[in-house]
Amino acid sequence: MGDIRPSASIEAVEIGLAAQGYIASRQIATAVYLAQQIEKPILVEGPAGVGKTELAKAIAAWRGLKMIRLQCYEGLDEAKALYEWKYAKQLLYTQILKDKLGEVLGGAPTLEAALNQLHDFGDVFFSKEFVEPRPLLQALEQPAGCVLLIDEIDKSDAEFESLLLEILSDFQVTIPELGTVVAVAAPTVILTSNSERDLGDALKRRCLHLHIGFPEQKLEERIVESRVPGISQTLRKQMVGFIHEIRTLDLKKLPSVSETIDWARVLVLLQASELGHEMVKDTLNVLLKYEADIEAARPQVSTFIAKASRQNVFG
Amino acid sequence: MRENLHRFFRAARGAGVRLSPAESIDAMRAVSKVGFADRAVLLDTFLLTLAKTQDEKKALGDCFDLFFDQPEPQAPPEDGKPDEQDQSGSSPSSDSSEDNSGDGEQAEGLGQLAQMLLAQDRNQISAAIANASSAASLSDIRYFTQRGIFSGRILDQMGIQRLRDDLDNLTATDPALAERLTNALDGLRGTVRETVSQALMLYGREEAENLRNEILANAPLSRIEPRQVDQMRRLIRQIARRLRERYSKPRKRQRRGHLDVRRTIRRNAAWGGVPFLTAWKRRHRDRPKIVAICDVSGSVARVSDFFLLLIHSLHEVVDDVRSFAFSGHLIEVSDILESKSPEEAMAEIMSKVGFGSSDYGNSFDDFEHGWMSAITPQTTVIVLGDARSNNLDPRADILRRIGERSKRLVWLNPEGRMAWGWGDSEMPRYSTFCTVVRQCATAKQLERAVSDIVASYQ
Repeated sequence: MGDIRPSASIEAVEIGLAAQGYIASRQIATAVYLAQQIEKPILVEGPAGVGKTELAKAIAAWRGLKMIRLQCYEGLDEAKALYEWKYAKQLLYTQILKDKLGEVLGGAPTLEAALNQLHDFGDVFFSKEFVEPRPLLQALEQPAGCVLLIDEIDKSDAEFESLLLEILSDFQVTIPELGTVVAVAAPTVILTSNSERDLGDALKRRCLHLHIGFPEQKLEERIVESRVPGISQTLRKQMVGFIHEIRTLDLKKLPSVSETIDWARVLVLLQASELGHEMVKDTLNVLLKYEADIEAARPQVSTFIAKASRQNVFG
Repeated sequence: MRENLHRFFRAARGAGVRLSPAESIDAMRAVSKVGFADRAVLLDTFLLTLAKTQDEKKALGDCFDLFFDQPEPQAPPEDGKPDEQDQSGSSPSSDSSEDNSGDGEQAEGLGQLAQMLLAQDRNQISAAIANASSAASLSDIRYFTQRGIFSGRILDQMGIQRLRDDLDNLTATDPALAERLTNALDGLRGTVRETVSQALMLYGREEAENLRNEILANAPLSRIEPRQVDQMRRLIRQIARRLRERYSKPRKRQRRGHLDVRRTIRRNAAWGGVPFLTAWKRRHRDRPKIVAICDVSGSVARVSDFFLLLIHSLHEVVDDVRSFAFSGHLIEVSDILESKSPEEAMAEIMSKVGFGSSDYGNSFDDFEHGWMSAITPQTTVIVLGDARSNNLDPRADILRRIGERSKRLVWLNPEGRMAWGWGDSEMPRYSTFCTVVRQCATAKQLERAVSDIVASYQ
């Protein structure tokens, strides 16, 4: 019995994500299931626009959790990712409480006694009151758990990666003045990367490594079906077939799933019933983002449409 | 099953997937959650927990297939038919039942292995081979030369000695049965051999690769055979990866002690200029700038080829590389190397300047007239050549000027130190103007030379 359960639960993940409009391949579903089971972050790599960020959103929506997003960029540091002291508030409070402090300390006969009294109050100004939690700390403090999305980790500096290690492996952070903050409920962590630079081994080791590539034709059709319900079946098959042909070209930026969906929307708006030569040429700029790519693809349009339609007949 | 997982991890390491104990623990935890029932899910689980890159995922996938495909015991062909009949005929035909009972009688007094072989029970034989393999610690196999010894050990474990005795006895008493047994034994041998070959592919690959790379790394680059060129390219790429990993790490390091006043004031403007946050000056390190001047005549060409391949695959570490190739005269080859595959690039370079007798003086002259401005005080100039100038004017004065303009001038010579200065070698004259002169004939020396050059910028 124990052997049958896992595949059923993996299917449950697949169905749950599908209900949120995210059609997951079996490998993605396995990753999500395992991440829950062994409480490890998922590191998602793949080309831009294949739904890495969407995955986190879908998980959050499916499990009814809050999603906290940390967008990485060069120069991102502790103060913006983890926590920051509210200096202004500290300053203000000291000013306001100046008289009060004077009163309290005024009673002390010697300097030493005053210092001792001050020690008792010392921690007041370095308490949780004055900490501004940034996304990472917020994620740890969510009582119901949450989905923490650390987006485009490859854009951050190598130092920031090291900062993440403690959070990723133990779901805790250490704030020197306050001590260690442990997660109330372990968050589901998703990291995404466009492989702009190689991530450190230490980071990779702490994560499940999931690579999302361009989906297979059948899967992509299902994705389009769920995202753009208004599109007819013939057109859907043709356009997905066409995009798969485009991806065989040597282009600067291959169209990914997000482009497929955009294009499907455009075609629906233009009330197309099937792919036409002129229409494709006019809307090619939705699919391809570089002038050189469009130039390269244009002469091939007719052949690709023909191929896509032929596939349609047999498949 | 834990034993099997451990063996699989070892095999995965052999396939080039870098696995730490922590990762294998994770994988085991994950496997305990998904179970072994669904092979596809199991594979996905391994891919998620163990592999960290696309290449590793592919290697791991192949390894997975190999590991979980055990070779089927081969049935001798003529025995295959009754075997199939046995399986397909649900009602035992009188013929085969007689046959079986006959076997039983004849098998009396035979060893266990002989009985097993005659019974043609595939599952039992597979299990026996698997047991014998682990008893003979087959997973320790490392080199292809060990195939025979491991096959022998497994067969010994299975009781081949007893089988031989049985065979000897049977040849006298029952030649027909002996014949069948001999056939079955041949089949068994084949299966065991296959098992051992598979184990070698699984466990021995890493070791074999290491050995081959070790030999290759120490072989003179100029004398490797054409069929080894591809391997050498792969090795050079590995070296490049190693150097990249070592030197592409943070180049900006905060230096405490020097306050960056401008940035500190800017950062604390929100608090009325009270400096809560301090900003420190950073020291930027230059990435290496390299000008490589390579001799591509005759025997040096191969070394230049690999050197250029290495230098040009160090993009992350080296900011700016300009390469020049010469034999009789000199041209810039950076663009060719950037835009084409190594093979094509080298072919094109050779067709342009190769195959001449080398003229160092003329080539240095070309460089001084055309590209001297490429050298800045941050540049390392690397000259790769044997300094054999066919008794033409060496123009060491130009080399001196190059050395004065640049940060460092490194000369890499594929010839051994003993040969420098003999015959038409101008090495002693050139070496006085070089910061470093070193021999560079093997991949290992090449790695050290490039590594030192890059390290001088850190």
